[in-house]
Amino acid sequence: MSFEVLWRYAPALVGGFGVTVLCWSLGAVIGLTFGLAIALLGRLELAPLRWLLRACVETIRGTPFLVQLFLLYAGGPFIGLKLSATAAGILGLGAYSSAYFSEIFRAGFASVPEGQSEAAISVGMRPVDIFWRIRLPIALVATLPAIVNMLVILSKETVVLSIITVPELMYQMQTMAAETFTAFDAIFAMAIFYWLLVEAVSRLGRRLEARLTAFMSGEARPA
Amino acid sequence: MRPEIVLHSLGYLLQAAGVTIALSVAGIALGFAIGALVCAARLSPRQALARCGAFYVSFFRGVPLLVQLLFIYYFLAKYGLDVPALVAAIGGLGLSSGAYQAEILRGALNAVPAGQSEAAVALGFSGLDIWRRILMPQALRISTPPLINEFILLLKASSLVSVVGIAELTRVSMNIASMTYRPFEAYLAGGLIYLLINLCLAAFGLFAERRLATGRAS
Repeated sequence: MSFEVLWRYAPALVGGFGVTVLCWSLGAVIGLTFGLAIALLGRLELAPLRWLLRACVETIRGTPFLVQLFLLYAGGPFIGLKLSATAAGILGLGAYSSAYFSEIFRAGFASVPEGQSEAAISVGMRPVDIFWRIRLPIALVATLPAIVNMLVILSKETVVLSIITVPELMYQMQTMAAETFTAFDAIFAMAIFYWLLVEAVSRLGRRLEARLTAFMSGEARPA
Repeated sequence: MRPEIVLHSLGYLLQAAGVTIALSVAGIALGFAIGALVCAARLSPRQALARCGAFYVSFFRGVPLLVQLLFIYYFLAKYGLDVPALVAAIGGLGLSSGAYQAEILRGALNAVPAGQSEAAVALGFSGLDIWRRILMPQALRISTPPLINEFILLLKASSLVSVVGIAELTRVSMNIASMTYRPFEAYLAGGLIYLLINLCLAAFGLFAERRLATGRAS
């Protein structure tokens, strides 16, 4: 692949990368929000609600992301949900990741020692304060490595969006490859690019973890 | 909703589910062989070999599977190798899964207490026997639950193989969707079959975990 070709397609590729980052970040925000909500609702003493949430989470975790995307994008209009490819992609990423994030948060809340809330009760904190100032911060720090890991996985899943024609990086690269007959070089470049991206994101994530858990003793720090 | 559309093509869907399962089994088996080799390389005292293993794991876990699959597909085409799409698909799944399985096996080997091999050395076991009779059985037991989990992940990842044109479950759902103009029912049915397979696998995983745990307690 000549650099001339790359140069000519540079605007499209940069734009595509922008769409990739947009889908990834919005999908992650939706996923984290709903994941936290599902984890919290699951803690309520309401058996039917818990079963329903459980069924939703297991369904999403038990089916391929690609099939979920097809169902949302191609099947959506049949149940009155007409979305553009990008909107379906973002919503799909959000729904998909929310199931995994909810499991991460569930484990995080379960790992907060009972003694912490008991101590908070005994010093006279209100339940709302106990949640916001004791349980939530401890759970978030405990789940940080798992969240970073899921964000990395999600960054790789954005590639699948190209199949439903979301104009993200992979899609633009394939368009370029088809128009210039440079399929092999384009895919090779993509592999290297995503590898570097994923490596960079996971390094950044580890640095962030180290900073946020710096106050902990070596033993309590999540591995 | 018109469920009769799905009932019409149920045989077609089930046959495709068989292809998906076969693909995944082949992929996981190839991945296990590759994973064992990569794991051995990573644990090797030779620096260069260990670094190669680490590079393999980093690369195949860092590059999205879809990119890997297309890469293999185009790589073979570029060098004029006339390999059926099926071989490329299984190769892609195996190469990718190999990286994950190498890490599972490495973790399991690390989880076997060092005292075990020390005791074996003290009893006069040879190096190969320590591997074959002490380390491997314990590591395999530890790695069974995560390997079943990896199988579930691979089964879901195999849906991406539809892109290189193999008539597995996702591809067949696509075909049914475009033939009947009812994508909602078609993909719902496809998704439910995936879910059913994965629930069975998860149940089997729980069963295996329990069996292995009882074996240990005795």
